Amino acid sequence: MGKMNNDLMQIEDGIKFIPGASALVAPLNKIINWGRAGSIWPATFGLACCAIEMMVAGAATNDLDRFGIIFRASPRQADCLILAGTITKKMAPVVRRVYDQMPEPRYVLAMGSCACTGGVFDTYAVVQGADEFLPVDVYIPGCPPRPEALLEGLIKLQEKIMQEQGRWSQFS
Amino acid sequence: MESILIAEDLRNNFPNAIFETQIHRGQFSSIVAPEPIVEMCRFLKEDYKMNHLNCLTGVDNLSRKGKHFERFEVIYQLYSIEYRVGLRLKAQIKDSEDPSIDSITSLWTGADWLERETFDLLGITFNEHPNLKRILTPEDWEGHPLQKTYKLKGNTEWNGFTKLKEKVKQLKQFDFYSAQEGTHSND
Repeated sequence: MGKMNNDLMQIEDGIKFIPGASALVAPLNKIINWGRAGSIWPATFGLACCAIEMMVAGAATNDLDRFGIIFRASPRQADCLILAGTITKKMAPVVRRVYDQMPEPRYVLAMGSCACTGGVFDTYAVVQGADEFLPVDVYIPGCPPRPEALLEGLIKLQEKIMQEQGRWSQFS
Repeated sequence: MESILIAEDLRNNFPNAIFETQIHRGQFSSIVAPEPIVEMCRFLKEDYKMNHLNCLTGVDNLSRKGKHFERFEVIYQLYSIEYRVGLRLKAQIKDSEDPSIDSITSLWTGADWLERETFDLLGITFNEHPNLKRILTPEDWEGHPLQKTYKLKGNTEWNGFTKLKEKVKQLKQFDFYSAQEGTHSND
């Protein structure tokens, strides 16, 4: 916390608060990224057993709501896709379609060995890693990853979002 | 009523079609010829009240050794709810271009999807099936994955997945970062 009186009050690195004016002074990048990182809304979309861990992460004990992470039932309202489970080739076009329906900015988390690399299913029916057809932002290893690992992955995503430059205009 | 009595009566009624009856852990199974499978099932269903088809599945016997084994096997797991006894039929199907057996959907409607699954994964055709098409793999899939001759990684890539990859390439130009004349990379 900074000094009071008429000076600007620094509430976070680079973000200043003008006392008495109910106003913030901050670079647009920073404030947009800060808003986005604090409201990651993943699509409610489970593929296999990792989805069970994802649900646990959202439930009372771990409580994703603490980070502003709220599961949305429609990809139109979501900005994060958690690939929780094995992606079969038959399912891949559907997964891609869900991603295509999401508006910018959108992020992809590959949760678990299967979504990252195909895992133990090195077979005819399974996609060998979601990055074959989606731009993956964060890879979370584990089979399945514990809810804590998913939390860490989401925090990594928050850190990544905070580093972004001008992902809000075609002209920046 | 006991399984052994049913198996014996089945042998008496179809003397040429039953090759062998085995017992394993109290469960009886008869190795049978494929041709009279519908008559055999009807006999068991009507005379012995084997009214419940527990399971219908198939096996590729390519690397399996046994006296009566042919290339493919279709297994019928029947159960009589009233008598509380079960009997397993293993129909042996010779290796050919188009291995086939008669459908039992006329007796159990529930055999529909089970036979479709067996057709999908093993390539066994069920004659007179009302809707014999793939059920697990995509409809334009090539080959039957549970055949022993099918490679683990598949013989060819599925057409739909190749198409998806092409589509992903086309859509890449509309990605946020790609639209900014490649100043950033999102890979």
